[in-house]
Amino acid sequence: MARVLLQVPATAKRGEVIELRTLIQHPMETGFRPGASGELLPRNIIRRFVCTWNGEEVFRAEFHPAVAANPYLAFTTVATESGTIAFTWSGDNGFTQTETRPITVET
Amino acid sequence: MRTSRRAMLASAPALAVALLRPAGATPETMQDAIRDFLGEAGPVREGRVTLDIPPLVENGNAVPLTVTVESPMIAEDHVRSIALFNERNPLPQVLVAQLGPRAGAARLATRIRLATSQKVAALAVMSDGSVWSDSADVIVTLAACVEG
Repeated sequence: MARVLLQVPATAKRGEVIELRTLIQHPMETGFRPGASGELLPRNIIRRFVCTWNGEEVFRAEFHPAVAANPYLAFTTVATESGTIAFTWSGDNGFTQTETRPITVET
Repeated sequence: MRTSRRAMLASAPALAVALLRPAGATPETMQDAIRDFLGEAGPVREGRVTLDIPPLVENGNAVPLTVTVESPMIAEDHVRSIALFNERNPLPQVLVAQLGPRAGAARLATRIRLATSQKVAALAVMSDGSVWSDSADVIVTLAACVEG
């Protein structure tokens, strides 16, 4: 399992725009870089990131090799109802990882 | 047979070419990639998008940037997607984000790789199909992807 750093507020007011910050440990090997033997290292990147709030998609991103290693992504969403925010990364070599965070929305 | 100094000198340009990385993106391939991404949408207009990226970076392996788009982010008028492109990396595409009214604000931050000094462009596609953009020139002192 790759290490993940998430910054998600524990509580928010309904209708408030909150910022979600995500970072996942991943080499994001570009496929353009020679290794120790001089051969090009095969590409190994995260291709997709999806964030859902209680199952409803709020943000999605597609990564290309130009995204830096250990991809960092910060974005915003509107607090609607208490529940779970899920973050899923998937990519080359069958990589997939999901992290969830609970959030309480006050009226 | 001994290679003469002159023969060595003559072969130097060929050697230099062989050591260079394979040809990558150019301003033209960036425009092609933007056309592929937009499809029917467009034309691309300057404005409404703010690309915040340092003009001079020491390390091209992780260049922080923020894209902000002016938009009310309501069901009738929101940003559908934000895309980043570059001119001189091996590939012109960087990142494509899909968002909607649930995002509340059209803002994202990330870190990208830059192989050399170049122009970075940010595009935003609105719900009405209009496309807005901003671009910035970045000088890179230590490029990404050079070390083995």
